[in-house]
Amino acid sequence: MDFSQLLADVPTLVAVIVGVPAVLAAYIVGGEYVVRLLPDKLRPSVRPWIWVGPALAFVGFFLVYPVFGTAYRSLFDLSGNSFVGLSNYVTQLSGFPSGGSWIAIRNNVFWLVFFTVLVLAFGLLFAVLTDRVSYESPIKSLIFMPMAISFVAIALIWKFMYSYQPPGEPQTGTVNALLGIFHQDPRLWVQDPNVANQALIVAAVWGFVGFAMVILSAALKGIPGDLLEAARVDGAGELTIFRRVIFPLMMPTIVVVGTTLVIFALKAFDVVYVMTNGNYDTDVLANRMYKLLTASQDFGDASAVAIILVAAVIPVLIFNLRQFRAVEARR
Amino acid sequence: MASVTYDHVVKRYTADLTVVKDFNVEIKDKEFMVLVGPSGCGKSTALRMLAGLESISEGQIRIGERVVNDVAAKDRDIAMVFQSYALYPHMSVYDNMAFPLQMQHMKKPDIDKRVKNASRILGLDNFLQRKPRALSGGQRQRVALGRAIVRNPKVFLLDEPLSNLDAKLRGQTRIELQKLHRDLETTFIYVTHDQVEAMTMGDRIAIMNAGILQQVGTPGDIYDHPANLFVAGFIGSPTMNFVPATAQNGSAKAAGFEVKLPKSLPAGKKGTLGFRPEAVTDRVTDEGNALQMKVDVVERLGSDQFLYGQVGGDSVTARVDPRMKVDPGDTVKLGLDTRSLHFFDSETELALL
Repeated sequence: MDFSQLLADVPTLVAVIVGVPAVLAAYIVGGEYVVRLLPDKLRPSVRPWIWVGPALAFVGFFLVYPVFGTAYRSLFDLSGNSFVGLSNYVTQLSGFPSGGSWIAIRNNVFWLVFFTVLVLAFGLLFAVLTDRVSYESPIKSLIFMPMAISFVAIALIWKFMYSYQPPGEPQTGTVNALLGIFHQDPRLWVQDPNVANQALIVAAVWGFVGFAMVILSAALKGIPGDLLEAARVDGAGELTIFRRVIFPLMMPTIVVVGTTLVIFALKAFDVVYVMTNGNYDTDVLANRMYKLLTASQDFGDASAVAIILVAAVIPVLIFNLRQFRAVEARR
Repeated sequence: MASVTYDHVVKRYTADLTVVKDFNVEIKDKEFMVLVGPSGCGKSTALRMLAGLESISEGQIRIGERVVNDVAAKDRDIAMVFQSYALYPHMSVYDNMAFPLQMQHMKKPDIDKRVKNASRILGLDNFLQRKPRALSGGQRQRVALGRAIVRNPKVFLLDEPLSNLDAKLRGQTRIELQKLHRDLETTFIYVTHDQVEAMTMGDRIAIMNAGILQQVGTPGDIYDHPANLFVAGFIGSPTMNFVPATAQNGSAKAAGFEVKLPKSLPAGKKGTLGFRPEAVTDRVTDEGNALQMKVDVVERLGSDQFLYGQVGGDSVTARVDPRMKVDPGDTVKLGLDTRSLHFFDSETELALL
């Protein structure tokens, strides 16, 4: 390996190591100095702004400004030079059910329902099933493991899982090999529009179920043991206890995890991009936006899709935050 | 309504960890039985085995004539009040109380009647639609009681139900629980570490220590005739005086005094002489049983006056007339009532007297 470039950067490194803390310290000391100069009454109302100021500046510059920039751009044509009003939105939202963005919107709804429900259902199932067994930790670690893998890698793994050889040939894909054991012909999983969406969603569920399991498991363990004992003495069987006591008490957490998953489903990109790039009727909004931006160089339409996506996510986000606060308040 | 029998019951967690050892008690129908002992003595485990929340390692537990060792908790027809109350936080007070009845598939109007009745008895009428978190500690405790009452169970189990209440409320609830027991005419089994609760509420008391049952009897019986040193020291406040002593013909000799014993013990027998503070008074009826006490601390309670001091190097507590004038540092002459003397064997710690 060539270290010369690294060595050439040593002065930069030193400047960063010394400079960043120095700037921070100067900011804090300077800010505090300015606050001291103010009359006593004003100090409490000014001081928080000094502290929160840098964060606000970062969020404003890297988040708020780009969102408004994108919204602005969505009103211009593909080169970004001439104002076209809402015509980009009209293009994206016309031609129902198969034109414009409609395939992508349909698939996002599909993701939203199946991805969310499946991850929640399996997460809850694993959380409950592993709760009282002695080998709980190793099992949970195993199920959580895919969370450590990047979604690009997950998509590649599942591409291999679904890989197809013509009937009669040895099947290298696990799924088709399994079909072979039961003397079934191999299927095209990813390339068949009838099942491609489901196949992609299964890959994403596999990657995400550990997340739901860990959080739901924590909620399950947060239920006091004597509540369950009380229910047992009160004459409830284990299934009734789950339905009447455990599930209602986990509900706030299930809702928070569920809305997080909904947001993820709306933003779904990497699995689709790697496995099909939106072909075979599997396109989603995020992938469509990326394709419009890179392949078509169409800034206006890409921005319009982005704004449609943001508009879909925001209500869920607000609901999620409210719910999260409600859960916290109940503690 | 039923009796409960513990027949040679053992609870063992591992080969070296046995928390209840050969436990034998027969609790009569409609009796108020208190299991009392220091924390970790196995009293809660004994109760939880009866509730079906812990398995029984050896022996038998019977409710009435039925052996319940292998009966699931939900089928034992018992109600339990937990120390933490264990109310279902997502259900209203009404639903908390209705839950056990719904589990029995009782009809709605019947459930309503029973819940309303219980809430009237407990003064919860105005809180039925509230969630437990909107109630005070005392109200929560009543809901827990209500959830048990509505079922009309065979046996009523209470696991330290008063320990989360403040002192005043605890006193009130103690009286209410006794009333409730009288009205319900059900077997009550009550676990506590508080000997005052045990003495005031129990028809009978079972005292446990280190997993072993020490003595079973009425409060008066146990107070007047403790079976061993542990029971003598556990029951009563302030605690019984213990003074090392040696038996001689017809009397016992301690470091600072000698008293006549009501019953003679083998001469030379070493042990512990026990006498309650109220047996040491300012009334000296017999010069032979008088003792000289050097007073260290004087505690005036208005109705009583306790003197803490030394008699021949041994610590002794005396309960004297509140009008007696004593100051710390004084030496006073006190009389010992020999009718309530106890003598415990130094080896077995069993009461010989």
